[in-house]
Amino acid sequence: MAKLELRGVVKRFGDHTVCDGIDLDVEEGQMVCLIGASGAGKSTLLRCINLLEAIEDGAILLDGIDIAEPGLNPQAVRARIGMVFQSFNLFPHLTALENAMLAPRRVHGKTKAEVGPQVEDLFTRFGLADRMHNYPDQLSGGQQQRVAIVRALAMRPEVMLFDEITSALDPQLVGEVLDVLLVLKEQGMTMILATHEMGFARQAADKVCFLKDGRIVEEGPPEQLFANPERPETKAFLARALK
Amino acid sequence: MANAKAAGMTRREAYEAKQRRRSLIVAASSTIAVVAAIMILVPMAPGWEKVQRSFFNGDVLAQTFPKLLDAFLVNIMIFAWCAPAIAILGLLIALARDVKSPALFPLRIFGATFTDIFRGVPVILTVYLIGFGIPGLGLPRPWNSPYIWGSLALILTYSAYVAEIFRSGIDSVHHSQRSAALSLGMSERQVMRDVVLPQAVRNVVPSQMNMLIALQKDVSLLSFIGPVEIFRQAGVFKSLTANFTPYVGAAIIFLIVTIPATRYADHLMAKQRRDRS
Repeated sequence: MAKLELRGVVKRFGDHTVCDGIDLDVEEGQMVCLIGASGAGKSTLLRCINLLEAIEDGAILLDGIDIAEPGLNPQAVRARIGMVFQSFNLFPHLTALENAMLAPRRVHGKTKAEVGPQVEDLFTRFGLADRMHNYPDQLSGGQQQRVAIVRALAMRPEVMLFDEITSALDPQLVGEVLDVLLVLKEQGMTMILATHEMGFARQAADKVCFLKDGRIVEEGPPEQLFANPERPETKAFLARALK
Repeated sequence: MANAKAAGMTRREAYEAKQRRRSLIVAASSTIAVVAAIMILVPMAPGWEKVQRSFFNGDVLAQTFPKLLDAFLVNIMIFAWCAPAIAILGLLIALARDVKSPALFPLRIFGATFTDIFRGVPVILTVYLIGFGIPGLGLPRPWNSPYIWGSLALILTYSAYVAEIFRSGIDSVHHSQRSAALSLGMSERQVMRDVVLPQAVRNVVPSQMNMLIALQKDVSLLSFIGPVEIFRQAGVFKSLTANFTPYVGAAIIFLIVTIPATRYADHLMAKQRRDRS
């Protein structure tokens, strides 16, 4: 059984079908990259997995249990699935450390003293120890995004979703954020990335899925998908993306 | 040119310094011209001496000013208990209007009706209706005090406005902040309390400052139902001295308080605009 299984996931906004029957298996410890043009449905799919969007049809199985069941309380699921956004979305009125401690304290009912050491440890591990008492607007884009990752990790999630987390960064800051992902991969985190970083996907992903118009057109190991794409749509996209 | 070099300025700095000097001179001379014109022309009006005697009488001012200040303490007192009550009630109304639970739907209707009514009725009317109406029920002392019911009228009216400002503040927090907080597993309530409200309240501080200034002035409306605050006191002195100067004195006292407060609110607004850009 895969850690996360999507079965025929359909998501519509009005008449517009954003996810049109998506099937996907993510094994424990795998890094899966979703690639495709903007509007292909990558971000929406991630938001559906985290139950930020309710799906119209299909099932999302986490450890074999359908978390997309209508009427289910989404909080417990979201606490197990971390998400990082393109625009960082740090809470501007809290310091980096407070950002990361807020959810463990509120959701798991822990005290500052209980979560403090563990969270500070995360800051240290990702080279942010001297930044944790800063407010978000005092941090660079790359630092903010790393804090956002730490904030999600502080909940000790089983799966992490990354929604184009380097797209809003200056090119020279992209590397420091991608390095964090490599560390997480080494630690065996199960991850799904929506990304435009083809080089990174090719180098680090276990599986790459090409999405177009809300469907997975082609999926496979990166060396195969990037070197020998089978479908003409994939070829056309990669020709443009890798130019 | 040589001059600018000597002062260690670049060509542009020298030019801008010159421009600044010039606009300073123009602004100063035009202001002096206007003030001089007023000082010369107004006293030339046929009724000026009468106006001066009955509105700007130094003796009357000196005689009544200390008592007016005493009466102003009543305004401050009423203001001091109304303001926190308004902040709390306004916030509760704002939250009531956004509750999602179906069981609490009546609360939502109540919030909407409340703001509709109290924003729709002139403050003075609310003060009259509540200030005269409720004590008219024949309540025993001290519950028939106009201080209580007048204050309540102010609290209700201002809460309606303050609630709307809080709501606009809540709307001004970007929805991605909610997404981020929800994605961490927080409940709607926690998201509101820990993420949205702190930012919303901060965003509306300047607007709420303006409400405080307006409240400070509207406390005087209570004079119509009894409390002898500064406006009423000035009216008493007007009758005693047969002179309008006490009203001018009262206006001066208001300005001493409101001008710094208004400047401060403007400063906060400007700062917020700078921070956003």
